[in-house]
Amino acid sequence: MSNVELPAPPENTSVKTSRAKPPVRPHGGLPLWFKGLAPLVLLAGLVALFLKVGPVGVFRQSFPPVEVLTIERIRLPAHGVMEVQIVNGGPEPVTVAQVMVDDANWVHRVDGSRTIERLEHRTITIPYPWVEGEPHTVSLVTSTGLTFTGEVTVATLSPAVDARYLTTFALLGVYAGVIPVFIGLLWLPFVRAVSRRWIDFFLSLTMGLLVFLGVDALVEAAETSALVPGAFQGSSLVLLGLLGTPLILAALGHWRGGRRGERSPLQVAALIALGIGLHNLGEGLAIGTSYATGEIALGTFLVIGFLLHNTTEGLGIVTPLADQRPRFRSLILLGALAGVPTVIGAWIGGFTYSPLWTTLFFAIGAGAIATVVYELWRLFGRRATGGLTAPLNVAGFLLGMVIMYATGLLVTA
Amino acid sequence: MAANKKDPEDILDRSLTRRDLLRAGALGTVGLAAGGSVLAIPGLGQSSAAPAQDQATHHDMMTVGKLAPGSFDPGAFLTHFDTGNVSRLPSGQVLREFELVAEDREIEVAPGVFYPAWTYNGQVPGPTIRCTEGDRLRVRFVNRGSHAHSIHFHGIHPSGMDGAFEPVRRGESFVYEFDAEPFGLHLYHCHTVPIKRHIHKGLYGAFIIDPKAGRPPAREMVMVMNGFDTNFDNENEIYAVNTVAFHYQKYPIQVRQGELVRVYVVNVTEFDLLNSFHIHGNLFRLYRTGTDLTRYEWTDVVALCQGERAVLEFTYNHPGPFMFHAHQSEFAELGWSGVFLVQAPHV
Repeated sequence: MSNVELPAPPENTSVKTSRAKPPVRPHGGLPLWFKGLAPLVLLAGLVALFLKVGPVGVFRQSFPPVEVLTIERIRLPAHGVMEVQIVNGGPEPVTVAQVMVDDANWVHRVDGSRTIERLEHRTITIPYPWVEGEPHTVSLVTSTGLTFTGEVTVATLSPAVDARYLTTFALLGVYAGVIPVFIGLLWLPFVRAVSRRWIDFFLSLTMGLLVFLGVDALVEAAETSALVPGAFQGSSLVLLGLLGTPLILAALGHWRGGRRGERSPLQVAALIALGIGLHNLGEGLAIGTSYATGEIALGTFLVIGFLLHNTTEGLGIVTPLADQRPRFRSLILLGALAGVPTVIGAWIGGFTYSPLWTTLFFAIGAGAIATVVYELWRLFGRRATGGLTAPLNVAGFLLGMVIMYATGLLVTA
Repeated sequence: MAANKKDPEDILDRSLTRRDLLRAGALGTVGLAAGGSVLAIPGLGQSSAAPAQDQATHHDMMTVGKLAPGSFDPGAFLTHFDTGNVSRLPSGQVLREFELVAEDREIEVAPGVFYPAWTYNGQVPGPTIRCTEGDRLRVRFVNRGSHAHSIHFHGIHPSGMDGAFEPVRRGESFVYEFDAEPFGLHLYHCHTVPIKRHIHKGLYGAFIIDPKAGRPPAREMVMVMNGFDTNFDNENEIYAVNTVAFHYQKYPIQVRQGELVRVYVVNVTEFDLLNSFHIHGNLFRLYRTGTDLTRYEWTDVVALCQGERAVLEFTYNHPGPFMFHAHQSEFAELGWSGVFLVQAPHV
């Protein structure tokens, strides 16, 4: 409750005075709902006026319209066919007049008007004899002669939604997410057996892992946001996910948790699993997309990399449960919460990659992980082993980051 | 001729079967009557209904759509020669008077692709100026464009008539007057700085000086090899002869079997070091710059740097479609590609 309207209390007034009932503010004759809605009505009227008579002279310029087309994806659904998915993320309608593939004009079909309104999508189908395993470029020439170019890094048939690919992507997700997380959970008996000092060491290690993952998710979100068409404001999405998620989780904590939003160790573990799950959803999206576009081959090396990289995530989930006796069912749920999103992400990414959703998922993941790190920090506050700055705990924290860095080397293509 | 109704826009309309098109192709070799309409050509076979990596044809490597009505017509430009207003000076010398007006105009360089050009008389290339050696030329130049411009004629003339040091400001005019010499194929273009932009924006045209005795009778045409940097990145997006990409492939140039064909080829392509001209199924007699009446070479490819030009003469003795294009494949694929449709004599 804000008390800025109150006159400054005398020097020695106790704090309680500020809790006094605020003075009744002067209230004019107009009803409250009118005061609230009047600006909105005025705004609506102004918008209607603009739409009717057009913008006033100062907004009209003689310079050519800014055209912004984004090539979201180039699919190769069959040999001899290219499908280009585009969106107009700019302020003005754009007309696609011609299409060039590898610097050659090519016939094509557009699924709708050649003039694409703001935020509208189109798919352009081109009967082009693309070459397996080689790169190709597609340029769209607009009516004003501007060109927008997209690349096929390595041409290979795009996956179609069928049982084989669903299985492939499910396995991809299981290998990269589910199996490693569950293996990590098997450390529970171990962390239960070690002494209090070493539990704190592993908690610190978990924080290190999570800080690494959180920063990774944030960087991914920022990078992907650059690919989001301008009108969809990628960087605002990053901010929304990053700040919105911790706030919502905090509000939920107030609602669910007891006094002052304090959480039980199981709740902390669930939060960690959720944060990791969201991160893995983004990771799954990235893997699915890269695989579908032929940028990565699902080699043994990569699978081993993900196994090692993500196994430590399971350790992170069970560490807060060191002095608990969680039920078997809870552990399964925690593992599923953290691991299964990789499968879902891989499915989505394999078939319909969207920079917008990838950005949002990574940002939400980063926000969730930030919450978790904060919760772990508070958990430390309630323990009495010297806090995070105790030498052993600092070592744990750093080791967590180093482990993620070292295993990350295996999966960074 | 129902076969001639095939529109390039329908290329992706797979309702026509391959057999229909082969039949259409067979009909395509009948008569010269179908001026301006698109002929279905057997050599340019159609894609099948199920595209695959071995199905693409020259019909697929193509622009889509049609030019807006009223656009510059490369078909008409091809054979149009501006010989000026002719009169005689007191000395008896032939006087040819021309008027060229520089103006800004948006032109269509491929169906639906518009380019903010600078033009002579509203068209790119400018009108083909034609005269006979020894004529007096008087070219009144009016600048209605947004920048200073000039006309620089290739050929022999006094210094003050060169167009290099006399930029004509907006709203002003200038009269170029000189005797036409030597005979040959020349060009004219704006020589105002920055020259690169003034040329690639469209201020150029062909300038033909005929020898006094003339050349042998032939079906004559002008081809100005040009390109357009539509996104202003100092590289051409569109290549063509006479501005519109693939125009003469969609609308083949019809010639008769056995007749002499003479092509006046001028290269004004900006940004690229060379452009070239290649014909299929034949060789041409090459007269470099057209200033000599003995042939320089008998060949089927000639490379020309910017400003170079050549007169080509050839006769087709086989009927049917024959491609002509730049032998830089990239230029050919970006629009500099066309077809001669050789018609057998009527039986």
